[in-house]
Amino acid sequence: MRKKFLLDGLGCANCAAKMERSIGKLDGVKQASVNFMTTKLTIEGEQEKMPSIVQEAENIIRKIEPDVVMKKA
Amino acid sequence: MMRKRLWRILAGAAIWLVAILIRPDRQWIRLVLFLASYGIVGWDIVAKALRNIRHGNMLDENFLMSIATIGAFLIGEYSEGVAVMVFYQIGGLFQDYAVGKSRKSIADLMNIRPDYANVRRGEELTRVDPDEVRIGDTIVVKPGERIPLDGNVLEGSSQIDTSALTGESVPREVEAGSGILSGCVNLSGVLTVEVTTEYEESTVSKILDLVENASSRKSRSEQFITRFSQYYTPIVVGLAVLLAVIPPFLTGWTTFSGWLYRALSFLVISCPCALVLSIPLSFFGGIGGSSSQGILIKGGNYLEALARTEIMVFDKTGTLTKGVFHVQEIHPEGVSRQELLELAAYAESYSSHPISVSLKQAYGKEIDNSRILDAEEISGHGVRATVDGKKILAGNQKLMAQEGIPCSDAGMTGTVVHVAMDQTYIGYIRIADEVKEDSARAIKELKATPNIRRTVMLTGDNAQIASRVAEELGVDEVYSELLPADKVEKLEELFAEKSPKGKLAFVGDGINDAPVLARADIGIAMGGLGSDAAIEAADVVIMTDEPSRIVTAMKISKKTLKIANQNIVFAIGIKIVVLFLSAFGITTMWAAIFADVGVAVLAVLNALRALNVRGL
Repeated sequence: MRKKFLLDGLGCANCAAKMERSIGKLDGVKQASVNFMTTKLTIEGEQEKMPSIVQEAENIIRKIEPDVVMKKA
Repeated sequence: MMRKRLWRILAGAAIWLVAILIRPDRQWIRLVLFLASYGIVGWDIVAKALRNIRHGNMLDENFLMSIATIGAFLIGEYSEGVAVMVFYQIGGLFQDYAVGKSRKSIADLMNIRPDYANVRRGEELTRVDPDEVRIGDTIVVKPGERIPLDGNVLEGSSQIDTSALTGESVPREVEAGSGILSGCVNLSGVLTVEVTTEYEESTVSKILDLVENASSRKSRSEQFITRFSQYYTPIVVGLAVLLAVIPPFLTGWTTFSGWLYRALSFLVISCPCALVLSIPLSFFGGIGGSSSQGILIKGGNYLEALARTEIMVFDKTGTLTKGVFHVQEIHPEGVSRQELLELAAYAESYSSHPISVSLKQAYGKEIDNSRILDAEEISGHGVRATVDGKKILAGNQKLMAQEGIPCSDAGMTGTVVHVAMDQTYIGYIRIADEVKEDSARAIKELKATPNIRRTVMLTGDNAQIASRVAEELGVDEVYSELLPADKVEKLEELFAEKSPKGKLAFVGDGINDAPVLARADIGIAMGGLGSDAAIEAADVVIMTDEPSRIVTAMKISKKTLKIANQNIVFAIGIKIVVLFLSAFGITTMWAAIFADVGVAVLAVLNALRALNVRGL
């Protein structure tokens, strides 16, 4: 399944790249992409693992850029 | 917000200037002023750095910049420590401005999302979110409003502007009975529309989805940058540490501060920002720009492949020709003209093939389904059906030959449908298709493109029609009388003829050539507007019916690739040169600042050019 989020306040392209890399490595994630221009995060992954993936993704984002707010898109 | 930041930086810079101008013997006043200006300009960077250390984020940009500037202070380079922070902030401001601007251009480009729909419920008209409208609801679209959902016009007539979807500037006329698509703008009259899709499934959502998701299919340049940036920062930081420690260790610690200065310059250049910012932006710009021209490209990888296309293979019908057939000649043998046409139309009535459609159109009367028994389509040959208890065969010469019925198309142009009744030949109907206005121009321009080695046309039609069309258009090669499966096979043969890096593209109408579209390196579907099948099956969708847009798409992709390559070479080149010069102590931290933020700003400005696709 595919889930989309808006990353409000995403200000640094290198951070976006780091988020994309770290989220992409999470268990159950098929593909993750952060579009710096539209500030959208798209996660494609296994349905059962999605809640934990989203939780982990949120942690990763907070760690890399604490000002970013992850919203449902 | 931005203005406040600017004032802060200017204030800090002013204090810095005063500090420089103060007599050098007033050491402590200078130090206080430098520290004050550093505090004003850089406190937020240092604060972020501290916060990120708590998160265990050591290679963070803010942290590295703080180390570099504080380090400069510690070795007595006060002035430079502040200057690096000032210019880092100014560069950051420029960068944010450029990013903000490009985000806005992209948002404008994708500003086809309808904000509301006027739904008629009972007598009343209510303004609701397009999401809340259901299939079968009636909506009213006033002049100047964006059409929120796909539907059919019930009442009213108007002109609609489809340019956001097709890049076509000439408005389209619509009236009761016409289908209309979301994302277009109603120009003149009030339209009452019956909604046929939910918002999620509407044309406008699909297009937006496609363009946004295009960034997840990365080009090779983008993949390279992703890998590069992963290693770049740790390597540069590692080198900086070595540079600060090893030479002083070998030559004596008195030289330490000089080497530390060089190492700090390394930290200033350690962010791959210019690259991670500008390369994806170039591709996103190219994809966004092409969507404004009615060309949807599903990913950076396809954009890249398009620029490397060597063999362009076209389907004929519906791609290079209009795919609209008209009966040109009815030639009965032993029956009346009307009978021949009627039997052919009935036999073909279950088929949606353009030929069948034209037969039904020429017949012009309602088809009474009860007169037809067991109709069967024989792919690439024709149909077999029982009409009024008689066995009717309608199709090409091959079908007749298979059944042992003698006939001949010799000397005829167009598509010939031979008809037999109970194994007896009763005549033929000749149907012809027209080439599109811009097909010849498209082929000519493609052939003028340096990397296109050949243009090929594939068709299920007979050799005679095929070669006539090919000649008219100037296509290099033509393969005719192909069944759908043969087309895939032919494509395999053509694959062998391209260079290892070159790509093969297939252009079709997306209706019955899905396997071929899928097999090609790039499947291009024409006339995507309103055709879900085409949008699904292809990698590149041309929203209009014009083959000349393929030339435009190639030009956009080449321009985008060129910009991306320029940025890669420019950014990496400058960084390596400055790293080298810093290592040998030839330059100052000023050059390092330029290699970091200066390059990033220039690369972003260059990348923004990819958005501009007008006049290509």
